Amino acid sequence: MSKRPQPEPVQVVKQRRDAALTALAGGVPYIQFLGIRFDRRGDELTGILPFRDDLIGNPMLPAIHGGVTAAFLEMTALISLSYLWLWEDVETGRIEVDALEAGDLPRLPKTVDFTVDYLRSGLPRDAYARARITRSGRRYASVQVEAWQDNRDRPMAQAMAHFLMPLRED
Amino acid sequence: MEADKARIARQFIDSIPHSLTLGMAITELGDGFARIEMPYDARFVGDPQTGVIHGGAVSALMDTCGGAAVMSHPEAPVSTATIDLRIDYMRGATPGQTIVAEATCYHVTRAVAFIRATAMDDDRDRPVATASGAFTVERGT
Repeated sequence: MSKRPQPEPVQVVKQRRDAALTALAGGVPYIQFLGIRFDRRGDELTGILPFRDDLIGNPMLPAIHGGVTAAFLEMTALISLSYLWLWEDVETGRIEVDALEAGDLPRLPKTVDFTVDYLRSGLPRDAYARARITRSGRRYASVQVEAWQDNRDRPMAQAMAHFLMPLRED
Repeated sequence: MEADKARIARQFIDSIPHSLTLGMAITELGDGFARIEMPYDARFVGDPQTGVIHGGAVSALMDTCGGAAVMSHPEAPVSTATIDLRIDYMRGATPGQTIVAEATCYHVTRAVAFIRATAMDDDRDRPVATASGAFTVERGT
């Protein structure tokens, strides 16, 4: 009977997964411009949008610009989808972490359409977003994404997006 | 009076911090129509390999332009907010070119305003994106 293989050391796993995420999100200038970060728990990502005065759309209320909210949702959907799409290749070593770190990124999915519902005005404080990949096919993907602030059960906005997936090179 | 409304609507847009951050400028406004331009900026890039502007920046432009069209409508609301916005992306905007959005507020009810918008780069015959949306109509009481 063959011996069960030893599990990988946790720091190796973490380094690989974090490197993949950093390579994905760190390479997009608009993510840096808005100041969006991603928190990773296993393969689940949470987008974080720290509040800044120049994100305001309505100075009277004040409220976060609807365009910022839309961009935050779209970005969270795109990165979550890409991360899940890359996950297996990163885990099996088909994509080398060194290559990712060197900026050798695979092509990202392209947004086909994006529909956002504004549920509550965005308050001048941090916002969070999580996406659910409802379908990830060979060619098209459907993603639902939701953003909230103080209370997870009172979302500020939700969106539905369709993406065109890059062609796999195999 | 009309010029007054246009001035108020312009002031409204010019007072939006994030629209200023994105470098947006109104080039035409009035009667439920708005045209806003956003010059190319490397900070708004979504795909570093191609230099194409991220869809999110286009969304912000469309949203602002839709709101401006609502504010400039003859039944000018005191204020407005986006209820929903759907954007269809036809193609990536050509890197280096200014993106121009045009929005028309084609119908207003007591509480809701409806808009259509198009975003273009230098090639005006092939839109970069189109959008349709609903906005609230806040009437001062």
